[in-house]
Order: sequence, then C-alpha cells, then structure tokens
Amino acid sequence: MIEVKNLTKSFDGRTVLHGIDATFYTGKTNLIIGQSGSGKTVLIKSLVGLLTPDEGEILFDGRNLLSMNREEVASLRKEIGMLFQGSALFDSETVLGNVMFPLQMFTRQSRAEMRERAMFCLERVNLKGAENKYPAEISGGMQKRVAIARAIALNPRYLFCDEPNSGLDPKTSILIDELLSDITHEYNITTVINTHDMNSVLGIGENIIFINQGHREWVGDMSQIYTTANEALNNFVFATRLFQEVREYVAEHGTIDKNKK
Amino acid sequence: MTLISSLATFGRYCLFMKRVFAIPDRWSQFGKRTLQEVHKLGIDSIPLVLIISLFIGAVITIQMELNTTSPLIPAYSTGLATRDIVLLEFSNSILCLILAGKVGSNIASEIGTMRVTEQIDALDIMGINSANFLVLPKIVGFVAFMPVLVTFCMLMSMLGGFGVALFTDIITVTKYTYGITAYFTEWYVWYGLIKSLVFAFIIASTASFFGYTVKGGALEVGKSSTDGVVASSIFILLFDVILTKLLLQ
Repeated sequence: MIEVKNLTKSFDGRTVLHGIDATFYTGKTNLIIGQSGSGKTVLIKSLVGLLTPDEGEILFDGRNLLSMNREEVASLRKEIGMLFQGSALFDSETVLGNVMFPLQMFTRQSRAEMRERAMFCLERVNLKGAENKYPAEISGGMQKRVAIARAIALNPRYLFCDEPNSGLDPKTSILIDELLSDITHEYNITTVINTHDMNSVLGIGENIIFINQGHREWVGDMSQIYTTANEALNNFVFATRLFQEVREYVAEHGTIDKNKK
Repeated sequence: MTLISSLATFGRYCLFMKRVFAIPDRWSQFGKRTLQEVHKLGIDSIPLVLIISLFIGAVITIQMELNTTSPLIPAYSTGLATRDIVLLEFSNSILCLILAGKVGSNIASEIGTMRVTEQIDALDIMGINSANFLVLPKIVGFVAFMPVLVTFCMLMSMLGGFGVALFTDIITVTKYTYGITAYFTEWYVWYGLIKSLVFAFIIASTASFFGYTVKGGALEVGKSSTDGVVASSIFILLFDVILTKLLLQ
C-alpha cells in the first residue's frame, strides 16, 4: 500500500499540487484521473521520486520516501516497476535485451536463467516470438507490452503506469488495461495508473482518485462514478455523448451488464 | 548576468561529473559498454581521420614548399615544418576540433534523445545511476582510444606529404624524407598525445552534459547537439593555449 499525505509541489511559485491525500491499495488497480494539466503527471513523478515535493509524505508500506537516504531510495526503486507514456524502451537493445536489462543489473543469475525469466515475462504479455526484434520494428501496442514485461521482470511490489493507453487504438487499449489488471491481481502488487482514458476508468478503476487543478477532488471506484454528484468529475468523465448515454443506461438499469437485470 | 549564468552552468557540470565518476553498479556492464563505445566513437572515426590527415598532410607540404622558396631557407625546411605542424598542432588540436563535430554531436544527440524519450528516467527509476551508466563508458572509451587516432593522424599526414614528393615534382622524395627526420624532438609526440587526452575528455564530457540536461523535444535535442559542439570547440582552444604554455615552455 502507498499512502500520500499532504503532498504539495510548486514550480516557479506556481502550486501544481495542493496538499494531496491519497491511498493506493495493494492488489488493486489504482487510477489517478484528471484533465491534462491537472497535476496527475507531477503526482506520479513525485511518487516514483523523479520529482521532489515541497511538503508531505509518501509512505511505501510505512516507509517514507522523502526521508530516505540515497541507499534506501536505491533499494526501494528495485521494488518499483514503471511503464512510461512513450514506453521508454532502450533503442539499442532487442526486445529480449530490454526485458533482461533489469535482471542483468540487479541479479546474479546466469545468462540462461535471465533468458528464461525474460521469456516467461514476454510470454505473460503475449509477445513470444518477438524477442529478437528491436523496439523500432514493433508496433506501439507491442512496445507497451514489452515495457510491461520489463517492469515486471524483477517481481516489483509497486507498478506505476503513466498514461499506458496514449497513442493506442481502443482495442489495444483494452488489451493493455486487462493485462495490467490481471498482473495486479495475479502478483498482488500495488498498481498506480495515471490516465484520462474513460474506457480504463470505467473498465478497471477499482480505486479512482480524481485530481482537478491540483486538488484531490474525489475518491471512489468505477461503480460509484456513475452516481457521483461531483460536477467537475461528471464534466470530465461524461464529456462525450457515448458516456452520457452509458450513464443514463446505468441509472435506468442499475448496471451495464445485460446478464444482470 | 551572463557570468552568473555561466558559473551556474559550470557548477551543474561539476555536479554532473561527480555523478559520472562514481563506481559503476556492475563492472561487467561497464566493460561491455566501454568496448561498444570504443567501437562507436573510436574505431568508426578511423576512416575520417585517415582521409583528412592524408589530404591535410599533402596540402601542408605543397604550401610549405611553394611559399618558402628562398636561398636563405635550408632545403629540409619543408619536411621539417610539415612534421612539426602535424605533431604540434594538427594531429591533436585540429583533429580534436574535427572530432568534436563528429563525436560530440553523436554523443549529445544520443543522450538527448534518451532524455526526451524518458529512457534516462527509466534508468533512474530502476535505481541505476544513469549519468554513470551512460556517460562514463563514453569518456573512458573515447579517451582510451584517442592516442590511436592521433598516432594514425600523425603517420597519415606524413604519408600525405610523402605522396606529394612521390607523385609530383614540387619536392623530391630525398628532400622531403630528410626534412621529416631532421632535428626530431620526441617530446613533440608526447606533447601531442597528452593534449589529445585532455581534448578527448572535453569532447566526451561536454557533449554528454549538454545531451543529459536537455529539456523539451526534437528541436531542443538538435540545439543541445550544436551547443555541445560549440562549447567543446571553445574549451579545446582554451586548453590548447594553457597546455602549450605548460608543456612547451
């Protein structure tokens, strides 16, 4: 579990995060949602230590990131996997090389053991057969899956994903969402996903934190979001006609699952 | 204001170097990457060095011979002047200015692209010292291979002059070979090699700094690459003066 307490961050005198309080649960897909420029990327970068907040606490199962020394931070980072918006794969390495990279850096395994683990991770994300290709030779969706395989190679306790669906078609987005959800439950990890994809919000949002203009505006799950009275959240989630109709349908039938009447 | 800004940049460079010169996380990875950099930055530069050296050596010889036709100047002066110009300045300072363009822009654009595509952030999040992991092999590899490039440059330049003597009637082979062996000072070779090591460090570290600290997108990567080459060239010229004063006086 990750707890965030009173997190504040400013840039050049402009406050981007105003005293954020949030809890991200283990074994759940935790979503940070909000409009572009709302501060969610600053929040996730603060959580992984790429940015240093001005105030507050970030507790990884009780260990405060902001009061750790360099060795403790380095040790914690070995428990973290991260999926970047642009995948951030190493261009000079093959798919297999990318997945094996953290194993080469942090384990004493033999090359055969590392290869076996990397192949297992690639198989887990349905990418067996692509191991000898370079990142430039595969599609955006495949790159995201390689990045997921690399992120889980060391069995992380915490998985952070910065807009995992950006630039992907709806079908591939759903595949990535399902993969992240499955991995979260299968390995019981704390997954934090930064997104403004409404399919993700309504599909895998087990714990949703809505950030609006740097403030934590709403917390709940995907079922509660249909009935929320929060105007900013409604305007954000149900901005399109399609999602408005989905909400109306849910209000009328209580569910979108046609098997449940 | 410019002075304060320059001092601030120099301070950031020093802090960056402190991170670069840390003990590598994995020596096996460091060794592997250093060999890759020797190949990419050093061995791949050999053709350019050979071609430039051959032609510049030939041009220096022709110009020296055509511009020093006086009964007061000894016959061996063309060969001697060609040799000393090559050993003292061309094979190290001028060569490094040329390599600052090739190698410096390569390093700055590679690291800059890694920065804007979040590959460096990915390394940092894994708990890897990204400055050390990416930059130290480049500095070590390029500095270690620079004496090879300088030696090739020295030999090829002399060969260029020899070609002029062999294939034209501007200067005779006997006159040229006597000139390049006359009054030889071994220290000039060491002087050139020492200078080139310092210049190699300047090129690799400055270009890496500009690439590593880039913010933005493709335009900024291009700008950082240009800035890296310009800054490297200025520092090479500055240290050329300082080292010449220290080593030759």
